[in-house]
Amino acid sequence: MNIVVCVKYVPDATADRQFESDNTVDRVGVDGLLSELDEYAVEQALQLKEKAGDDTEVTALCVGPEKAVDAVRKALQMGADKGIHVSDEAIAGSDYAATSLVLAKAVEKAGPVDLVMCGMASTDAAGSVVPAMLAERLGLPQVTLASVVESQGDQVRIKRDGDTATEVIGGTMPLVLSVTDQSGEARYPSFKGIMAAKKKPLETWSLSDLGVDAGEVGIGAAWTAVEETTARPPRTAGEIVKDEDGSGATALTEFLASKKFI
Amino acid sequence: MSEVLVLIDHVDGAVRKPTYELLTIAKRFGEPSAVYIGPAGQAADVTEKVKKYGAEKVYVVDDAQVKGYLVAPKAEVLQQVAEKASPAAILIPSTSEGKEIGARLSIKLKSGLITDAVDVQPGDGGPVATQSVFAGNFTLTGKVTQGTPIITVKPNSAAPEEAAGAGTVEEVTPTISDAAKGAQIVASQPRKASGRPELTEAAIVVAGGRGTGGDFTPIEGLADALGGAVGASRAAVDSGWIAHTFQIGQTGKTVSPQLYVANGISGAIQHRAGMQTSKTIVAVNKDEEAPIFELVDFGVVGDLNTVLPAATEEITKRKG
Ligand SMILES: Cc1cc2nc3c(=O)[nH]c(=O)nc-3n(C[C@H](O)[C@H](O)[C@H](O)COP(=O)(O)OP(=O)(O)OC[C@H]3O[C@@H](n4cnc5c(N)ncnc54)[C@H](O)[C@@H]3O)c2cc1C
Ligand SMILES: Nc1ncnc2c1ncn2[C@@H]1O[C@H](COP(=O)(O)O)[C@@H](O)[C@H]1O
Repeated sequence: MNIVVCVKYVPDATADRQFESDNTVDRVGVDGLLSELDEYAVEQALQLKEKAGDDTEVTALCVGPEKAVDAVRKALQMGADKGIHVSDEAIAGSDYAATSLVLAKAVEKAGPVDLVMCGMASTDAAGSVVPAMLAERLGLPQVTLASVVESQGDQVRIKRDGDTATEVIGGTMPLVLSVTDQSGEARYPSFKGIMAAKKKPLETWSLSDLGVDAGEVGIGAAWTAVEETTARPPRTAGEIVKDEDGSGATALTEFLASKKFI
Repeated sequence: MSEVLVLIDHVDGAVRKPTYELLTIAKRFGEPSAVYIGPAGQAADVTEKVKKYGAEKVYVVDDAQVKGYLVAPKAEVLQQVAEKASPAAILIPSTSEGKEIGARLSIKLKSGLITDAVDVQPGDGGPVATQSVFAGNFTLTGKVTQGTPIITVKPNSAAPEEAAGAGTVEEVTPTISDAAKGAQIVASQPRKASGRPELTEAAIVVAGGRGTGGDFTPIEGLADALGGAVGASRAAVDSGWIAHTFQIGQTGKTVSPQLYVANGISGAIQHRAGMQTSKTIVAVNKDEEAPIFELVDFGVVGDLNTVLPAATEEITKRKG
């Protein structure tokens, strides 16, 4: 079985994230890392590999700037077998459509793939749309937002917390699968894993390797445009009271009444 | 005037409130045309409802061929309706399924997609959408520059306004490809109704975290006294105290109610991401250093097990 896991390199969510003057995400000023939510996808891929027990191969795929290779390295340290980093100046500022195009071409080049696995959302853009776009581009079915993943032969079953129901979804490989943070804690790289990762194959592909024209991607080719980004005004400091002998409840009630919530 | 397609959000023909919000938004830049994909038996009832909010046309698509599958067939239906109607925009409810339908449709129609809009207004050269990003720390406006704007819109993004529409029914028989039927719904268990407002639509949300120690009775009591919904932090969900559907935050629901009351919740960035845009924020926490207090309009440093029941009693008394 061939599994490709899509891992994104994102600015650290706990740092002070900013926009550049051209309204693209600042990917230089803030430390980046493998998106936490994609670690869950790597984990599920590794578990499928462990269960299948055959010659299953897990490839980590990342589209992003030079530093983004760190995301691929982390996946290799966790236990992925191979890494692919697609990097090209022209990709900077790409929107979902262009990102999904580059990912789709890379998946195709990676060879016959049984499962394309993704996180539930990237922690910066948080669109939760790339997996569906990728599926559309590859002409594959999608089973998304899985909290439980099971496979047997070429059959896949997932459980998902849908908008209005809890569902079990089934499909036949090849397909695109995304997992949520309910799917189970991701493993930490072990010392052995970190050492082993250094010897694992890691390829860097450019757009021309994929046969994608530079004019099809990047900020110029985007199907959407950001007009303005505004930092949210800081909230004005609120009133904070200490509860003493029931005073807190009374003050809370007064506040809610003053705001007409009662 | 051009049509603006609105995908109706419903469960077995029961129309959900965001549909009316989307119809209200659609009227700002065109003639709302509602698209109903559902059981044919409910179509007449659904039509009656959406025409009260300005739907001039209702495309009715019997879901016999569609139900049982995830996302892809619905994207094909919308593609076929869009090719017929040449709409000025397509508005889809920003649910997890809605966003994925938008994603597939975007590639099919070679049209730009904007997700999770909290407002959409007419602008030069098409609708301008407002989004809230980076855990609510930034507001962003943007528009679609290629094809038909496809915008998924979050609940509570507009106040639904009644407006009489013609509600002309047009039945559509879509062609669904075999490829779109690749992911089947094998089993589905509808969620039990809690009797409380829907979390993402509620005007008031009362949430509990690890600080509840697992007992949500004080949270539910206050929620019911205020007529609000109940929510939770991931710590409470991970502890198995409450179902994941109630989780608020980066990997749960985003809410933007008039009033958010956080109880026994520290205010981690991932939690903030789901509630920071609430209009009024109140917190009860026994640790005065808890980061949640940086966000509040009003905070009580105290034990939620004493503060909440007492407040609930006072509120109930006042209401008489
Ligand atoms: C990838 C990822 C995604 C995540 N997504 C989410 C998400 O969607 N939503 C989310 O909420 N979190 C999310 N988290 C987790 C988040 O980082 C925090 O761990 C979580 O929000 C903490 O929940 P809490 O505030 O309930 O618990 P804690 O941080 O443990 O805080 C408990 C608070 O309760 C107070 N307290 C204790 N007892 C009482 C009492 N008797 N009365 C009053 N106060 C009391 C304490 O002072 C403390 O401030 C995510 C984390 C990761 C890594
Ligand atoms: N640049 C990228 N490189 C690799 N994977 C990506 C990239 N962008 C998005 N993905 C994948 O798509 C998922 C959803 O992303 P998004 O739609 O941006 O929220 C992520 O969790 C990743 O698995």
